[in-house]
Amino acid sequence: MGRTLAEKVWDDHVVRRAEGEPDLLFIDLHLLHEVTSPQAFDGLRKAGRQVRRTDLTIATEDHNTPTLDIDKPIADPVSRTQLETLRKNCAEFGVRLHPLGDVEQGVVHVVGPQLGLTQPGTTVVCGDSHTSTHGAFGALAFGIGTSQVEHVLATQTLPMAPFKTMAITVDGELPEGVTAKDLILAIIARIGTGGGQGYVLEYRGPAIEKLSMEARMTICNMSIEAGARAGMIAPDRTTFDYLQGRDHAPRGEDWDAAVAYWKTLRTDDDAVFDAEVHIDASALSPFVTWGTNPGQGAPLSASVPDPASYEDASERMAAEKALEYMGLSAGQPLREITVDTVFVGSCTNGRIEDLRSAAAVLEGRQVADGVRMLIVPGSVRVSLEAVAEGLDKVFTAAGAEWRHAGCSMCLGMNPDQLAPGERSASTSNRNFEGRQGKGGRTHLVSPQVAAATAVLGHLASPADLSDVAVATPAGV
Amino acid sequence: MEAFTTHTGRAVPLRRSNVDTDQIIPAHWLKKVTRDGFEDGLFEAWRKDPAFVLNQEAYNGATVLVAGPDFGTGSSREHAVWALQNYGFKAVISSRFADIFRGNSLKNGLLTVVLPQETVEALQKLAEADPTAEVTVDLVARQVRAEGITADFELDENARWRLLEGLDDISLTLREESSIVTYEANRPSFKPRTLEV
Ligand code: SF4
Repeated sequence: MGRTLAEKVWDDHVVRRAEGEPDLLFIDLHLLHEVTSPQAFDGLRKAGRQVRRTDLTIATEDHNTPTLDIDKPIADPVSRTQLETLRKNCAEFGVRLHPLGDVEQGVVHVVGPQLGLTQPGTTVVCGDSHTSTHGAFGALAFGIGTSQVEHVLATQTLPMAPFKTMAITVDGELPEGVTAKDLILAIIARIGTGGGQGYVLEYRGPAIEKLSMEARMTICNMSIEAGARAGMIAPDRTTFDYLQGRDHAPRGEDWDAAVAYWKTLRTDDDAVFDAEVHIDASALSPFVTWGTNPGQGAPLSASVPDPASYEDASERMAAEKALEYMGLSAGQPLREITVDTVFVGSCTNGRIEDLRSAAAVLEGRQVADGVRMLIVPGSVRVSLEAVAEGLDKVFTAAGAEWRHAGCSMCLGMNPDQLAPGERSASTSNRNFEGRQGKGGRTHLVSPQVAAATAVLGHLASPADLSDVAVATPAGV
Repeated sequence: MEAFTTHTGRAVPLRRSNVDTDQIIPAHWLKKVTRDGFEDGLFEAWRKDPAFVLNQEAYNGATVLVAGPDFGTGSSREHAVWALQNYGFKAVISSRFADIFRGNSLKNGLLTVVLPQETVEALQKLAEADPTAEVTVDLVARQVRAEGITADFELDENARWRLLEGLDDISLTLREESSIVTYEANRPSFKPRTLEV
């Protein structure tokens, strides 16, 4: 019987298989950041162990890093200690590190792909659930806990329990103005935050094949929000073109050998998935969340749902609690929800294409009075590219703040946070209670919706902007 | 890792579904570089509410958390497991756990038990009606017992054995050194390396 893409990559990494035991898998790439690694290095030190493969390990600083005054000492002493701990650990164990201020610094899931380290058919792990991002290249990539970080540092392997496979086939074509973010939010709303549990998702079908690498990363990034172990997309010409010439992409004969291998990484025609979901892309429109988990979303044109309409008791209770926390009432049109803050960034939507699409909407327009808009590139490289294209000027001219790269307001571990009761439209991936700051309220949106919302001050899509005065011709 | 065989203790009913790890331990606690001292951060936002179940004196010292479905979703932070353990929990019961959280818990000796939602609710009702009621989580017999409730649960044999013995995964894997060396020797040269180019 044929195998799925995920099964092929898994099989190619089995170091040891024994009856009744989890497979021991080899890990090709281990990404580290400051938050989930200190206790792992401590464990190594206590046991007198080394990092087995420093040549397959790389670290960067992202979660705690400030986005302003990065040349000054970090004000929060606890954040500073955590970054210093990473620097000390990397120096002691010989791990390559891109610290704050370095040109390769940035959100760990933006850095791996842009260096060409994330490649088809590899296994990628990181002590971070959004490691699923790397699956966009046809890699098997999953988030791990700190004990597993220590395990990979010490052995370059992980014992892994088997997974199930789910095909998410997206037919048709995304309508104009509907993005990968809208698609993944709609998928999660459909299958639920627990719907992917135990599964590796494979996104496939004509609408997926048309997507750029950036858009594919947006999709795979949020697989974890459906509860999945990982998300994958089969590598194709788009993938190879993205990788060719990057710092760590194979060269010469190695490139040819790699591409020949990568081309085998497709689900066989006779392979059987454990579950299948079909989505019609052409029926989608801009999608936003109204609740406190990423599955609580609806088309922007809809209204806040009535909790009483849920048949399942725990879903009903979750919706009631969400509305209470979000300060919303049933039946309120989503378009009428006003925001204080707009955040464009994160490993979901902090890449160059995302900044371009937000800038295209903002060009010649102004951020509404009383709204603060933060633009935080996913990495320093993205930032430099945006500056080279003049996007930073478009943002600042519109009244948005152009910041230094990092996770920033995605989770508010640095000073970029919502105040209690404040409401944001955010291109990040989690709308959990307090995620962007204690008491903060988050609506997940695409970069385009974020930009239109910033201009109008309420949740909106670019199509709503037609009647707003434009000073210079918009680049949309 | 501390071994887990069987544990008897009082239970706390947590009637919420989809409790994500940001709720279990908020991000600002993640700046710590140790594995202990997270108990005050556990459910920090909810603990401000005097009516929150952990603030009710009757549940002081309870060691079994009986939670709603989809417990531990979201972030991979192992700090969520440490916070529950630092606070004193030995076991968590739910009808569904997020995968990464479950993996993390079992690696740290916090037993996560999956039971049908009706049984979870029966346990919650019991703990609400009588906060002194004891619940036994028996990994040897793979069974949860409380007054009027006996429920078998599943856990894969390998994970169970490691918990019962308190075995450390890394030492177990290091016994496979020769398989790792063989794999490494056959790995294609086009695979990426992180060394500076
Ligand atoms: S940008 Fe957000 S989701 Fe991504 S790694 Fe940083 S904190 Fe996590």
